[in-house]
Amino acid sequence: MRKPAPRSPKPRNPKPRHPAPGKTMPRGEATLREPTPHTPVFGLMAEFSRPETLVDAIASARKAGFRRMDAYSPFPVEGAQQALGFEDNRVPWLTLAGGVFGAALGYGMQVYTNAAYPIDIGGRPLFATPAFMLITFELMVLFAVIFSIGGMLALNRLPRLHHPVFDIEAFHLASSDKFFLVIFGDDPKFDDGATRRFLEGLEPVGVALVRHTEAPE
Amino acid sequence: MSDVAGPSRDRFAAVTEEVTSIPLRYPEPRGWWILFAFALLLLMVFVVSAGALLRYGVGMWGNNIPVNWGLAISNYIWFLGIGHAGTLISAMLLLLGAHWRNALNRFAEAMTLFAVVCAGLYPILHLGRPWLFYWMAPYPSTMTVWPQFKSPLTWDFFAVLTYLTVSVLFWYIGIVPDLAATRDRARTRRQQVFYGLAALGWRGSARHWARWGQAYRLTAAIAVPLVVSVHSEISLLFAAGPIPGWSSTVFPPYFVLGAAFSGFAVVAMIAVVLRHALGLQDLVRERHLDLLGIFLLATGLMTAYGYWAEVFDVLYAGEKQELGTLQDRLVGAYAWSYWGAVVANFVPLQLLWFRSIRVRPLPLFLIALSVTIGMWLERYMLLVTSLYRDWLVSSWAEYHASVWEWGLFAGMLGVFLAPFLLFVRFLPVISSFEIKEVMAEDEEERHA
Repeated sequence: MRKPAPRSPKPRNPKPRHPAPGKTMPRGEATLREPTPHTPVFGLMAEFSRPETLVDAIASARKAGFRRMDAYSPFPVEGAQQALGFEDNRVPWLTLAGGVFGAALGYGMQVYTNAAYPIDIGGRPLFATPAFMLITFELMVLFAVIFSIGGMLALNRLPRLHHPVFDIEAFHLASSDKFFLVIFGDDPKFDDGATRRFLEGLEPVGVALVRHTEAPE
Repeated sequence: MSDVAGPSRDRFAAVTEEVTSIPLRYPEPRGWWILFAFALLLLMVFVVSAGALLRYGVGMWGNNIPVNWGLAISNYIWFLGIGHAGTLISAMLLLLGAHWRNALNRFAEAMTLFAVVCAGLYPILHLGRPWLFYWMAPYPSTMTVWPQFKSPLTWDFFAVLTYLTVSVLFWYIGIVPDLAATRDRARTRRQQVFYGLAALGWRGSARHWARWGQAYRLTAAIAVPLVVSVHSEISLLFAAGPIPGWSSTVFPPYFVLGAAFSGFAVVAMIAVVLRHALGLQDLVRERHLDLLGIFLLATGLMTAYGYWAEVFDVLYAGEKQELGTLQDRLVGAYAWSYWGAVVANFVPLQLLWFRSIRVRPLPLFLIALSVTIGMWLERYMLLVTSLYRDWLVSSWAEYHASVWEWGLFAGMLGVFLAPFLLFVRFLPVISSFEIKEVMAEDEEERHA
């Protein structure tokens, strides 16, 4: 796994491969969804055999003015996210919200039930904060994790069992040892021929046109 | 992983193939079936023992006043403790950036899941009327009463429920990318449908990986304190009671460390068996066995310190009842459990000081087995030696587990083994994408 503090790319590589920090895309663009079926095609896909080549390709595409793209890799590739200019911190915020919600629910539940049905045991306090803390903690953890993972899946629009990229023959290698870049068909600069020539200039293993999945008949 | 020869993309493909070929074309079906038949037999023992319990009640068991907890609760603590090591290996070592965890985390987490299921079943079966266990949950009922939230029993309900849910979710989002890899390599229709559904349509998008990484790391960061809280809570079942030998502040850390100790022992045993049975020697290497041995030794010595602190506590305080319990432990009717725990936990353990022992599968397996048994004896000892001599001499009585309790214990091992074997057979047991990620990073470092 990547080392902790993954958001500060290490300067060990002298070649500047990522866009300068702070030069990320505007938020709305970065988190925008994939092309809708109204565009002519889903996009053009280029296949690479090394993670570094993929990151370089993303950087070149961004330099060439493309903005709407995504990369696919068998494992998290260091630098790909930064090269795409993708920045989305909704998952951490959702986790925090889940934690706050769970803690409030846990503590509130114990206060409410003790108030609703008071039982005096040897004159001990009805609202015993130290004793309540354990369940408060457990529910905080429970909801933080459910919000975190549930939020991750929802923001990623998963589960989604079929997807246009799955129609590409070579794409089954995206879970093994190949790295793919797709320039979306709704990119303002997208042009079937020119974009294909651009991608072929990056010396990929191959370039393929990704069509939209047909609607169920 | 850096010292495997060959260009990295071949190695990426080789790792993928090695990991995904196990569920797709299981290499040793005969050995697996023998083990699975054995696990099913144990599972049948469970069904019979639990059925007898449900039919005739806890009178079938040997526990009674004053020892009213017995095997059910000591096994509960033992199973849950074993489970904790899976979370610690997976979550703590992830956060520490210890890459070697990637060869172990998947099956360690699976071990956690099934151990927690076994643990959770025990207190429910011990309730007397197990079918009313949902009374522990706060729900607006016609009885208008609520659970007693100041009781450790209720804390336990929430702790185990949370721990089970978090473990399942953490394990599942960790396995999804490998399920996708298995899906992409599946050849038969049945496999394609099964792995296709299970992988949720994962396609390795960079956006997905980014959010996935956030959720995975955050869950890991939350899971580590969760482990500490869950086992501390269980120790409070003891420590909060006014029983000599229990009411001690050393209990929470003592329990947590003992849990990690027993769990690392079981992880070491599973690692040795799996690497041998599935031929995973190039992924689970000598280095991993070595590190597991070191962890086992370290947590074992910490547990030994707990033993010593417990005795010191009693001697220093000088309370008559506490001294009496200490004497019962050292020379009483259950002294075998105390000395059995001391010997099985700490004597073979000392061999792990030597690297030559740590890297050899068989000695490591035997030492880990000894620790697993030793920790079981410890849980039994803590429970029974404190309870069998109550404050009042008139209520002293010994405890002997009945055949039904032993039957349930054997059956519970089946409850653990059967799903674990299914996991080994049908799911990727090693985290291939994390291994590939580290390979890529190592290579980049070498180039730089």
